[in-house]
Amino acid sequence: MTACAIKISELHKYFGKLEVLKGIDFEVAMGEVVCVVGPSGSGKSTLLRCVNRLEEPTSGTILIEGDDITDPDADVDRLRTRIGMVFQQFNLFPHLTVLGNVTIAQRKVLKRSEKESVEVARQVLDRVGVLDKIDEYPIRLSGGQQQRVAIARSLAMDPDMMLFDEPTSALDPELIGEVLDVMRKLAEDGMTMMVVTHEMSFAQEVADRVVFMDGGVVVEEGPPAEVLSNPKAERTRRFLRMVLEK
Amino acid sequence: MYALAVVVVALAILLGDWERIRFNFFNVEVMADMFPGVLTVAARNTILYTLMSFAIGLVGALALALMKLSTIGPYRAFAIGYIELFRGLPALITLILIGFGIPIAFDLRMPGGRVGAGVLGLSIVAAAYMAETIRAGIEAVPWGQSEAARSLGMSSNRTMFTIVLPQAFRIVIPPLTNEMVLLIKDTSLFFVLGTTPLTKELTKFARDFMVEIRNATPLTVAALVYLAITLPLTWLVRRLERRAAVSR
Repeated sequence: MTACAIKISELHKYFGKLEVLKGIDFEVAMGEVVCVVGPSGSGKSTLLRCVNRLEEPTSGTILIEGDDITDPDADVDRLRTRIGMVFQQFNLFPHLTVLGNVTIAQRKVLKRSEKESVEVARQVLDRVGVLDKIDEYPIRLSGGQQQRVAIARSLAMDPDMMLFDEPTSALDPELIGEVLDVMRKLAEDGMTMMVVTHEMSFAQEVADRVVFMDGGVVVEEGPPAEVLSNPKAERTRRFLRMVLEK
Repeated sequence: MYALAVVVVALAILLGDWERIRFNFFNVEVMADMFPGVLTVAARNTILYTLMSFAIGLVGALALALMKLSTIGPYRAFAIGYIELFRGLPALITLILIGFGIPIAFDLRMPGGRVGAGVLGLSIVAAAYMAETIRAGIEAVPWGQSEAARSLGMSSNRTMFTIVLPQAFRIVIPPLTNEMVLLIKDTSLFFVLGTTPLTKELTKFARDFMVEIRNATPLTVAALVYLAITLPLTWLVRRLERRAAVSR
């Protein structure tokens, strides 16, 4: 059996009476980069947030490298250390410096020594190109730099996979490129990635597979060349027309 | 309108018995007599009682705030009941309850005697007020902060203590300083519990001095000492609030 990083089956999610995920079956293989696209309100962010249980699924199962994270007895905190997550709003800790942001979970969760955590921090900050900001507070950084620190904060935990929730949507247009560059490099290094995004050119270029969601279901999935350039479903075509016209 | 003010001031100057006012309220000899006790005993006790009540109250307030935000129903109910009860009652009632009511009912002595009872009573009241402030501070920390911490594998307790509370406390430092100003003034209620010459705080000290020498100057002195403590604090609050506004 090929290693499956994320395996989602029969996933349903209700917010009150509203069903936002209507039975999702979906897999991400080890080392695969999957971009999830679709109109807002299609449930793509909710799906991503269910993967590390920031959102509680109503029913269905999600296996993280074979371990069921939806099991009520699952050690969710432990499993989450294997899943990095990057948010639209960065969510850096404003009361800590860049170094503090990148070391605090290493120290408190992984119980790494101060020395080791600083070493790892320097390594990952260098990898995302913000090592020179190590002693700054997040508020002094541009949006692009903040998001790269957020990526480094996740990488410092040595995750097996990374989730990206519209990582460039809160950025000024001229800062999007630097974040996408970092993500592209991650993909090249073989990181397993699930990316919710509106950046079609990024999906086209970097994704192994594109998933189009609408109305809480997966409408279409396949290689980017197929889904983005030659979509089968009418809904996908309509969405792409709208996005590309912008 | 200015004319009216001028007339009133003029009348006050003409008709006021200035010698009498000076003698009774601003009597330099009386002032001299009050020193150094007004500072070494009275002001010292006021500050001491305030700090002790504030410290104990703060610990209680933090516990209550966490209980009120807890997912466990009975904790929430307890916190809500406690906060509403002690914010709804006059502080004086709570002090009398702790100083006399409970000792009489259960035939026990409060640890720390009357001062202990006063500090405990005031802490109980302060905890109720500050709990709401701290709860609001915790809720003012964006939810994304918790999500980021949890996604890094931190437990909910760890998230609260290393990520949320440090940010919440920065937010609530100005309002908590305000609570402290209120607390300084509330220590004047200690007199109902009875005092010894060495445990008097400012108000009791001034009142006893006034009755003894039949002159109101001690009140003036006490008022000035209160202001010397509270005005710098309120100034500090304004500064902190302005700084908080800038950083956001």
